[in-house]
Amino acid sequence: MALKLPIYMDYHATTPVDPRVLETMIPYFTEKFGNAASRSHRFGWEGEEAVGYAREQVAALINAEKPEEIVFTSGASESNNLALKGVAEFYKDKGNHIITTKVEHKAVLDTCKRLEKQGLTVTYLDVDKTGLVSVDDVRNALTDKTILVSVMLANNEVGAVQPIGEIGKLCKERGVLFHVDAVQGIGKTEFDVRAMGVDLASITAHKIYGPKGVGALYVRRSKPRVRISAQVDGGGHERGMRSGTLNVTGIVGFGKACEVLTKTWRDEVRKVEAQRNRLAEKIFKGLDEVYLNGPALDSGKRLPNNLNVSFAYVEGEGLMMAIKDVAVSSGSACTSASLEPSYVLRALGVDEELAHTSIRFGLGRFTTDEEVDFVADLVVGKVKKLRDLSPLYEMAKEGIDIKSIQWAAH
Amino acid sequence: MAYSDKVIEHAENPRNVGTLDKEDPNVGTGLVGAPACGDVMRLQIKVTDGGVIEDAKFKTFGCGSAIASSSLATEWLKGRTLDEAETIKNTDIVAELNLPPVKIHCSVLAEDAIKSAIDDYRKKQASRRAQG
Repeated sequence: MALKLPIYMDYHATTPVDPRVLETMIPYFTEKFGNAASRSHRFGWEGEEAVGYAREQVAALINAEKPEEIVFTSGASESNNLALKGVAEFYKDKGNHIITTKVEHKAVLDTCKRLEKQGLTVTYLDVDKTGLVSVDDVRNALTDKTILVSVMLANNEVGAVQPIGEIGKLCKERGVLFHVDAVQGIGKTEFDVRAMGVDLASITAHKIYGPKGVGALYVRRSKPRVRISAQVDGGGHERGMRSGTLNVTGIVGFGKACEVLTKTWRDEVRKVEAQRNRLAEKIFKGLDEVYLNGPALDSGKRLPNNLNVSFAYVEGEGLMMAIKDVAVSSGSACTSASLEPSYVLRALGVDEELAHTSIRFGLGRFTTDEEVDFVADLVVGKVKKLRDLSPLYEMAKEGIDIKSIQWAAH
Repeated sequence: MAYSDKVIEHAENPRNVGTLDKEDPNVGTGLVGAPACGDVMRLQIKVTDGGVIEDAKFKTFGCGSAIASSSLATEWLKGRTLDEAETIKNTDIVAELNLPPVKIHCSVLAEDAIKSAIDDYRKKQASRRAQG
């Protein structure tokens, strides 16, 4: 089969809609377009029924006890905002302290920053050099004012899978609510809200082959019954937790995406893990001075589809341009408006020099073996070419210690 | 962000990549930027006794725009006198490569590299004269 360019290897950023999902959605654009809140006619009932079915499909994927525990939102950023702000507001008489980690998504970190401005106290836990948070650190950070612990299931940059079950158990013992941003891990690693003691969980459709613009917040209904204050007021949709006309079409697609994943995820994990390992092996064999960021590939603590490596002496954006037929992303400063390298890599203690040379590969459902081989060969070739162009590589080969030079910051 | 065709062209086919002998009294070397900032440029010029740049080489650690800026700089330097070379401004590079605002620092670095290489050459010549 001929290789089709460009090749997509940025499945952490988003995923294409699965054809099975799209097919399910189509009638809801034109024929079954009713407002799920319309109680007086068939169009509305159809919409309501479709949403109810999708709620069951989403609940099944994360093993929620009841479909009613699923609150549909516009995506995970909204879910994270709703979880943190909703809990902070509702439980303000109980406490004012939140514990999270330094490697959370910005939708969690920036929400925490805002809550701090409103008078809450937030503890941002360090992670180890592979990106993992320690359960003991969570335990030690708990106070009698702590109302919520928020830890991601898996990190979007380095794929570190956090000890969610253990943290959930700890939170249960201490009577503290536990929120998990499950966006990156879902369908790639075990996630079971009941077995893991999760009280709130954010998920989104577009990372699991569903459409963009739809997500959910799981809100536990019993043991304990979790309450949140709504952050969007209006028609009282989603049992008052999130007003706004439901995105029925998107929700139908989200449900189908969850159903597909519930059936296939274990097989998919095996497939992408083998491909990811093949990619890594070829890159590490083909080049010297390549460093893995995040947990070891065989540690069982890393997303099976994630490979994040630093190609010393080759700047990440320069490399991305050289491999422009391959869509990946970089922790280099140049990819962001801020000109700061990735805060996640810095939290892992990765040198700024190496952070600038990092590339994240994200494999997925539609990645082929041919693509993996092509990308590996291309990357090896281009890194060699760019090292020939790199004054740092030349200096390193001459035995000059790059760190001993007084560089002028600019 | 999409790159301009000129940036892509230079980054894919960089001109004058290489190394001149930095001990050569006729060679000036400029090494600017910092690895921690994601850009390092080394630009070298070889100057005739008549003060004309006969050769220019570079190596750059950086993004495509940084590579293109330094590649372009070496093209412009060759054949110019030192005084002419000093008139190259980062804004000329921005205009030629259609650099977007977030990449202007790449052109600034290229201008710094040119100035630093000329400086190095002049210092070498001055110390040679002092010794001679």
